[in-house]
Amino acid sequence: MRLPAVTLAILAAITTTAAFANEMERVTPIAHAATQKECGECHMAFQPQLLPAASWGRIMDDLATHFGDNASLDPQAVVDIRAYLTSNAGRLGDGRLTRITEQRWWTREHDFRAHIWSRPDVRSKSNCTACHRDADKGLYEDN
Amino acid sequence: MIPMIRSVALGLVAGLGIGTALAASNASRDGILTGYAAQARAENPSFAGFSADRGRALYLGPHTGGKPETNACAACHTADPKREGRHAITGRAIKPMAVSVNPARFTDDADVEKRFSRDCPNVLGRACTAQEKGDFITFLAGQ
Repeated sequence: MRLPAVTLAILAAITTTAAFANEMERVTPIAHAATQKECGECHMAFQPQLLPAASWGRIMDDLATHFGDNASLDPQAVVDIRAYLTSNAGRLGDGRLTRITEQRWWTREHDFRAHIWSRPDVRSKSNCTACHRDADKGLYEDN
Repeated sequence: MIPMIRSVALGLVAGLGIGTALAASNASRDGILTGYAAQARAENPSFAGFSADRGRALYLGPHTGGKPETNACAACHTADPKREGRHAITGRAIKPMAVSVNPARFTDDADVEKRFSRDCPNVLGRACTAQEKGDFITFLAGQ
């Protein structure tokens, strides 16, 4: 069977995104105390694999305006957490985007109607554990 | 001499099994308060000690100058500091502020300073004074 090149390219893109989403269903839990403590204070501490190193670098460059909040840390904590996140970062993803929830694989897996996000037990797209009960252990394959 | 008498007294009280009334006393927390008292005296020569009532007023607000959604400490921590709070944006649970139900509160000076440095601008639109910090801790140590 012969398929036009453009069809093949589309198929390849779909397969890659699907495989990528699959890869994110089970990630390594955080094994760095400072990352767990500091990042986990205001939101679930997201596992480093969920973003590429370039995204983590951008985030750690600007903690004073961290998605509308001041998340400044002492300089040594910034160095340590940056090193952990970037050296354990994901292989793929768009390094220009700092929001996990704007990454292509994420939006593809979370194509819900808007009211889902305003449910009182959800409130925010960053609230992974509202639906993925073991998200803080790196397990996202339940939904 | 005085600390010795105090520790002997505390030991006696604990030995009698009625230590809960003094549970709010903690060497680290006392040290943090002593530090803020010295700063408060330096900032204001007429400083005459911390006040739980002023701390309560600071906690409950409402204040102007900060972000509208965080016009009081109570906006996230709830009006009852014995209850669990909730982050304004992410919905992340925040452990209670009242020392009686969360004895770890105000026992790590770096953590305490980090939280004041982030939260005071959100609530008041400025940094807190040393007196405000001491009033706040004094109020919650009695809750």
